[in-house]
Amino acid sequence: MAEVVDVNKPLFAGLSDVSIAEDIPVEGDIAVPVRSQSGDDEISTLDEPVKDTILRDLKAVGQKFVHVLYPKKSSALLRDWDLWGPLLLCVTLALMLQGGSADSKDDGGPQFAEVFVIVWFGSIIITLNSKLLGGTISFFQSLCVLGYCILPLTVAMLVCRLVLLGSMEVGGFIIRLVVVTASFGWSTFASTAFLADSQPPNRKALVVYPVFLFYFVISWMILTFSPSH
Amino acid sequence: MASPDDLKFQEFEEAADLLAADPGASTLSISSSSAAVSSGDVKVDLSDDEDNQQESSELLGGEKQTSGFWTFEYYQSFFNVDTVQVLDRIKGSVMPLPGRNFVKHHIRNNPDLYGPFWICATLVFSVAISGNLSTFLSKKGDPQYHYRPQFHKVTIAAVAVFLYAWLVPLGVWGFMTWRQNAERQTSAYSFLETVCVYGYSLFIYIPTSILWSIPFGWLQWLLIVVAMVISGSVLVTTFWPVVRDDTKTTAFATMATIVVLHALLAVGCKMYFFQTAELTVSPLSPTTPAMLNHTALINKPH
Repeated sequence: MAEVVDVNKPLFAGLSDVSIAEDIPVEGDIAVPVRSQSGDDEISTLDEPVKDTILRDLKAVGQKFVHVLYPKKSSALLRDWDLWGPLLLCVTLALMLQGGSADSKDDGGPQFAEVFVIVWFGSIIITLNSKLLGGTISFFQSLCVLGYCILPLTVAMLVCRLVLLGSMEVGGFIIRLVVVTASFGWSTFASTAFLADSQPPNRKALVVYPVFLFYFVISWMILTFSPSH
Repeated sequence: MASPDDLKFQEFEEAADLLAADPGASTLSISSSSAAVSSGDVKVDLSDDEDNQQESSELLGGEKQTSGFWTFEYYQSFFNVDTVQVLDRIKGSVMPLPGRNFVKHHIRNNPDLYGPFWICATLVFSVAISGNLSTFLSKKGDPQYHYRPQFHKVTIAAVAVFLYAWLVPLGVWGFMTWRQNAERQTSAYSFLETVCVYGYSLFIYIPTSILWSIPFGWLQWLLIVVAMVISGSVLVTTFWPVVRDDTKTTAFATMATIVVLHALLAVGCKMYFFQTAELTVSPLSPTTPAMLNHTALINKPH
């Protein structure tokens, strides 16, 4: 008697035993941000009030701020990257670094353009560096992560300006030093938490060191800010 | 891991002796001649080498750039280093031993741009920050002194360091290649290897610049001498084997130029960015354009 294929058993049933484990991370270049609502909803966003549009983007930016402040291993920053947050932070930082001893253009703190150039040019160079060393993260994702992780340093800048409103000399300096050092460590830790996974394992330190240098320079600019009397 | 390295190094010495005995022997490059001499003898052990690709590329005579310069992979080939390799090269630049040619021993046909670029970037910021710190420390007692970040010095330091680290190797490489073509000698290093040597030799200046912020004059000059000796000897041991076959005057002139330029960079940085306790504020610009012009003038021996 010939063997009858059991029609009740579905075809290729044995393949379900060979399935991709859920804990294997799927890697790849995500160059286009994936919006959670796409397709038919896009037409309706034209008709919504402007307030809704702006609030939605602001909420996305705010959500990423929260992810930076509590750096768990989430992929929100990587999946839905945007550059509004970094722009906002960079402009805020550059504006707050003005009004220093800028009476003589030569001897004072960094100009607005210098801060901008350092932040953006530095981020681009670090991203290029990590891609040249064989990283799998995409260009804009890396820019997004590096930009968002400036948030602790911006908060430190705010605190420093508040401290400088008082007039304690050495005590104020020590407070500023502690705050800036803590936020520098926080920024570096947060960005490496997001970036480290995408690097080949024997080159991680080569990628982390430029990030460290980048945030160190920004911290030095914040710490040496001295308002004009 | 020690025996294949020693074996390779001794093979190179034999090849160099053979070439010295018969200067008319034509060679393509030092690496390929040693491979030709030792092709039967050296057993290339791929398993315990740090980078398998560099072995095969050595046998192929150093053919590495197969993509065009407009592709990304072309530039990726310059970053083909691991953390341990970079650390090993940095160690080699800080502790130069007399027999060890930095290019042959450490770079070994795998020149990278990671080291030179990031060492220069770190040096720029360490010089600027330490200079700012030294100005602050030396003028702390002055009641009229108001602390200023002096951020423009970063720009000046960046221009000086990056010009030195890229134009001087260009000049040295061009000169060596011209002499090689004119005299038909053993080959010069490639441009990337020259940039690599110069970049890694600048590493010693990073801790030196941090220590320069201590405002004692004798300490600063002592540090300059120590740093000059170390990094100068790296450069000398690297370039001497290539240059020594040339005429005496050219050889000595080349080595002297290399050492003098290196000294100019160190002394220029020290004098412009750092103050000792007794000096007043140095003027902003006259030293640096003079140094840059001087460097540019010396840079054109050919």
